[in-house]
Amino acid sequence: MSTGKKLFIKGNEAVAYGALAAGCKCFFGYPITPQNDIPEFMSKAMPKAGGQFVQAESEVAAANMLLGAAACGVRAMTSSSSPGVSLKQEAISYMAGSELPGVIVNMNRGGPGLGDIGPSQGDYFQSVKGGGHGDYRTLVLAPGNCQEAYDLTMLAFDLAYKYTNPVLILGDAILGQMKEPVSVGEPIAVDEAEGGDWKLTGAKGRPYRILKSLHLEEGSLAEHNLKLAAKYESMRGEVRFESFETKDAELVVVAYGSIGRIVKTVVRKLRQEGLKVGLFRPITLYPYPSAALVELAQEGKRFLTVEHNMGQMIEDVRLSLCGLADSAFFGFPPGNMPTPEDFEQPVRQALGR
Amino acid sequence: MTEKIAFERPKPLADRATHYCPGCSHGIVHRLVAETLQDMDLVENTIAVSAIGCSVFLYNYIMVDTVEAPHGRAPAVATGVKRARPDRFVFTYQGDGDLASIGMAEIMHCANRGERVSVVFVNNTIYGMTGGQMAPTTLVGQKTTTCPSGRCRDSEGMPIRMAEIIASLGGTAYASRVAVDTIKHLNQAKKALRKAFEVQVNGLGFGFVEFLATCPTNWKMSSIDANKRIAEEMIPYFPLGDFKDVTTGKGVC
Ligand SMILES: Cc1ncc(C[n+]2csc(CCOP(=O)(O)OP(=O)(O)O)c2C)c(N)n1
Repeated sequence: MSTGKKLFIKGNEAVAYGALAAGCKCFFGYPITPQNDIPEFMSKAMPKAGGQFVQAESEVAAANMLLGAAACGVRAMTSSSSPGVSLKQEAISYMAGSELPGVIVNMNRGGPGLGDIGPSQGDYFQSVKGGGHGDYRTLVLAPGNCQEAYDLTMLAFDLAYKYTNPVLILGDAILGQMKEPVSVGEPIAVDEAEGGDWKLTGAKGRPYRILKSLHLEEGSLAEHNLKLAAKYESMRGEVRFESFETKDAELVVVAYGSIGRIVKTVVRKLRQEGLKVGLFRPITLYPYPSAALVELAQEGKRFLTVEHNMGQMIEDVRLSLCGLADSAFFGFPPGNMPTPEDFEQPVRQALGR
Repeated sequence: MTEKIAFERPKPLADRATHYCPGCSHGIVHRLVAETLQDMDLVENTIAVSAIGCSVFLYNYIMVDTVEAPHGRAPAVATGVKRARPDRFVFTYQGDGDLASIGMAEIMHCANRGERVSVVFVNNTIYGMTGGQMAPTTLVGQKTTTCPSGRCRDSEGMPIRMAEIIASLGGTAYASRVAVDTIKHLNQAKKALRKAFEVQVNGLGFGFVEFLATCPTNWKMSSIDANKRIAEEMIPYFPLGDFKDVTTGKGVC
């Protein structure tokens, strides 16, 4: 994937480098903290890469520009943070309905409403359960460090085209603003034939094509929804997660993204004391790594879900474990910046030590 | 005696009955668009963006590659299309509710950026598809299902004149208002449409044509009376003509 050139960059920049490496040729943005590094980077990088950067008039417009570029089969991306991603939901729903590929980045900040500009995982429901209208799903990738932000952004483009579906990258203000060494590579050569059987190019020498989500003819929408459901089911194979020290663990802490990273520090510390604790970090939030959680439950492990919100992913953990086990929950409220110390006590408590 | 065909269906226009009501102008504007695409040899190079309104089924009648935009967002979608495929001809086809109400931000900024796209704007002073509600273009005194005693200037404001507004923006190369109620106006309309397409093809900027159009069903008028209303009520408030044309210098500052 990468050729080993190491850069010391922010998570936001890692996302931008990942998009470049994946052959992204159109970027549509709108300013909002804490993701401004992405559009700023892309405003310089896109023209150099022979692509296009547009600062849209709003996130509504940016996401609809993404829809337009996607309809042409050109690799394209938009990025924002929570309030802006709410505005993108219209286009995301239309893209899902019209089966168009595109990458949408959310560097989650505190909410609801204007909230703050600090980190939060308050957009889990919006991202994973479909933030827009209609019966649809988007793949959701949740990087936990800057290298992953790069790698998963590259992957997001491939998945978007594989499934002709929008793909979300869900990070947060911690990931966006922290700097780490990241191995980056040269842009891949995107296959010219990508999207060849559906993309709009002008109907030269072939029947004309329509990309739409309106289905008024009798039975047509039902048929479309069944087709989409089968596609979402086929995404199961894309499940990704990290299991850390879970083998002999009595307690498995389930946490994603930056919070998973912080919990890992806690696990390391408690392991030094001989406490049998591990971390399960979902990397794909949709599809959710339920089967792997079930396996851990079958081994008799107990669970604690830790989130930077007041309880969202916990619902998926409990659904996954349903009938086998339960999970305790610790929610750290958006608005404050968590440290390993904040999670240590809840983990000890769940361990009973 | 031999027959002479004086009037043929343009090739990009599908040979099928439309879903439009009798006397509706959408069919006429569709034909003008299809004719102009054919005349300018653009058919196989075109990507159309359809909008939400009665004309959402544009793609059932004009046989070019088409993507359907959410309500009001066609100019943003067209921006994405044009940026992704700068060498293709891109146009949107939008109603007055779509363009001048929910999509006001998108049309203004698309024009202001000077996106090389063309916009076909059909102003029938009403929301047709949803059953005749008030539009931003509804004339003062005009009755609709949501202003049953007539649009009132004090509470609902004045109808918005889009062609003039679009002409005032820096990225606009051509902005015109036309009507499709008489043969003379039809000929003018066709010329204006061609110009709005040409400024895109020639890379001059954003092209915009507003068509004053009928909606007999929601106006609760016969087709003939609806057609008359264009001259009697609409043109006095929405004057016809070019408001900006960079090729002649008109309206350019
Ligand atoms: C977000 C959203 N709001 C409302 C609607 C409902 N809707 C469909 S068409 C339409 C307006 C159509 O009026 P206009 O643009 O004037 O076109 P016409 O039908 O008169 O040609 C509305 C409000 C919608 N589809 N989406």
